[in-house]
Amino acid sequence: MAVVSTRSGRLGNRIAIAVVIVVTLIFLSPIYWITTTAFKPLVQATSVPPSVLFEPQITPFVKLFTKRAQLTAPVAPEVYEAAPWWERLVLDGGERLARDGKGDVVFSAYPDRFINSLIIAITSTILAVSMGTITAYGFSRFRVKGEADLLFFILSTRMLPPIVVAIPMFLMYRAVGLNDTHVGLIILYTAFNVSFAVWLMKGFMDEIPKEYEEAALVDGYTRMQAFFKIVLPEAATGIAATAVFCFITAWNEYAFALILTNRRAQTAPPFIPSQIGTGLQDWTVIAAGTVLFLIPVAIFTFLLRNHLLRGMSFGAIRK
Amino acid sequence: MAEIELRHIDKHFGPVHVIRDVNLTVKDREFVVFLGPSGCGKTTTLRAIAGLEEIDSGDILLDGKPIQNLSAADRDIAFVFQNYALYPHFTVYENLAFPLRAVGTSKDEVDRTVRSVGKSLGIGHMLNARPSSLSGGDMQRVAIGRALVRRPKALLLDEPIGSLDAKLRETMRVELKRLHFENGSTSIYVTHDQVEAMSLADRIVVMNEGVLQQVGTPTEVYLYPANLFVAQFIGSPIMNISATRISEADGTARIALDSASFELPRELLGMLQQKKAGTDLSLGVRPEGVLLSHDSRAGYQPAEAHIIQPFGSFDIVDLKLGEKTLRARTASGFVTKAGTQVWARIDPSQAHFFDTKSGASLDIRLARDEERSRDVPTPITRQNVEL
Repeated sequence: MAVVSTRSGRLGNRIAIAVVIVVTLIFLSPIYWITTTAFKPLVQATSVPPSVLFEPQITPFVKLFTKRAQLTAPVAPEVYEAAPWWERLVLDGGERLARDGKGDVVFSAYPDRFINSLIIAITSTILAVSMGTITAYGFSRFRVKGEADLLFFILSTRMLPPIVVAIPMFLMYRAVGLNDTHVGLIILYTAFNVSFAVWLMKGFMDEIPKEYEEAALVDGYTRMQAFFKIVLPEAATGIAATAVFCFITAWNEYAFALILTNRRAQTAPPFIPSQIGTGLQDWTVIAAGTVLFLIPVAIFTFLLRNHLLRGMSFGAIRK
Repeated sequence: MAEIELRHIDKHFGPVHVIRDVNLTVKDREFVVFLGPSGCGKTTTLRAIAGLEEIDSGDILLDGKPIQNLSAADRDIAFVFQNYALYPHFTVYENLAFPLRAVGTSKDEVDRTVRSVGKSLGIGHMLNARPSSLSGGDMQRVAIGRALVRRPKALLLDEPIGSLDAKLRETMRVELKRLHFENGSTSIYVTHDQVEAMSLADRIVVMNEGVLQQVGTPTEVYLYPANLFVAQFIGSPIMNISATRISEADGTARIALDSASFELPRELLGMLQQKKAGTDLSLGVRPEGVLLSHDSRAGYQPAEAHIIQPFGSFDIVDLKLGEKTLRARTASGFVTKAGTQVWARIDPSQAHFFDTKSGASLDIRLARDEERSRDVPTPITRQNVEL
């Protein structure tokens, strides 16, 4: 009996591993595609059938960070010789770098948009997660009048597709001067994520036995101290998971960023596709912008991977 | 030095009246056990004393000072939880140090106290371990250590060994008794396990449906149950209880149990009259109060042995009396086969009489059966059993 169950267990394991590998490959294929495109010469990026073997180059990244113009005449050899190696890459592609009055290279808007994305996503994540954690703690530990209705109300803010309110939001934001501001997008993303954070954190808070805080209370601490010394460390896993989800949502948000911002506070998602329209459709630059855009989320998720993976049943509570 | 006094404590959970006018004084250095079925309000009472639960009305006094409005942190009462509630992200050392740090104890003092408590509880070698790597018994020791480390005025324990296996429970019971002996802190211990209650308590408080049923030493509660609830809750196997009628015949009182009628001393009739007992009368007798004989003797009634449960040091034999059964405790191997004909009688000194309607004991004590006096231990006389 034991042998049979072991054997079937092993077989089940192998099937599971095979499924995981296949699913992972499917999920990774777009990332592979966009990453290789970011390093391909433009001709190979658009060739049909797609080229698998190519000589990787970083020209798309140079183009991504600079302002360029089409070359109208062949560049003089001495100018080509004097240009640094990265400028030659651009010249090879039939474009020249735009320079300002002092002769310095003019950067594209991409770094600014990228930093906007970071500021807005990080700030709104911190706000949404901290508000969500405190609210969830309240709902989880205290008898709140109309708790079910309040929680439903919080959830109901997520019940219609956000784009439905895009036009009213645009009008309201314009009226109060919030359009194209960092604060505007931070408020929007925080409001958007906080309902999600409350619900997710409530689940995690409910899992933390209330005896931990009660023990801290009889050990001589106030409820506030118990919350910070005992509950928060215990909720770290939940906070990490919630933060990852909130960060990804804010980081990826496209529609509202497109409508509510245009210059100062514009984030990377609406900026990257806007590059399609300038000059020829240089897909390698779009790909380069997308690859860089993936990195912060990948790093953030990677740093918190242990928290995401660790189960909740690590405590010293007997059930 | 700490005396805990509860005065007219009342508490509702919504429409449920969980604590009903509870009055109790726990003396300094006393070990009191709250005993009762689940949902009887014992844990709620304990949590109210600790400050983890608010009470609707009444006073909780610690050394004569009302503490019901103080926060848990300011009461200087330690609490041991049923699930230990050790902080999982702390080591054992940090768990033990946590209550000391709350009151700003110096680093050296913390270290000294933690190590000495760790040593006295036999957990000194695992101070750097995480709680999750400990066995149930060790978690329990750490939990008790954390409660004792600050030398609290009182120690409250909520079924602290309820989740351990039977063997470990016995070890921990002895350890708890030793700890109380050494520390002498006023302790209240909640359990639904009567063996724990009997073996640990200076006094047992039996609770049911939020009401104190009886307060007394283990012996008092066992020998003189105040009502039907206590009579049936304490003692294993449980007391035989049966509605009965008393009549007079041949100069003795006769007590009817289904088809059989047992003989009891005549003075019972007078006592019943004096207590103004009604007709709704219940007889209670513990299995050891049912005396068996292999042959017919004066005052013994024939009965058929039915189910025999050997417990090693004794047997419990179910006797068939018509429709009713009467549990008797015998020497092991006294009756070997179901269906054996035996003769039984009820030891008058172990007979309890209750008013069936109110459940209250009629407080009738009969003299011992002369014939058996050599074998039966002298019953402990009843002294100020508090109700």
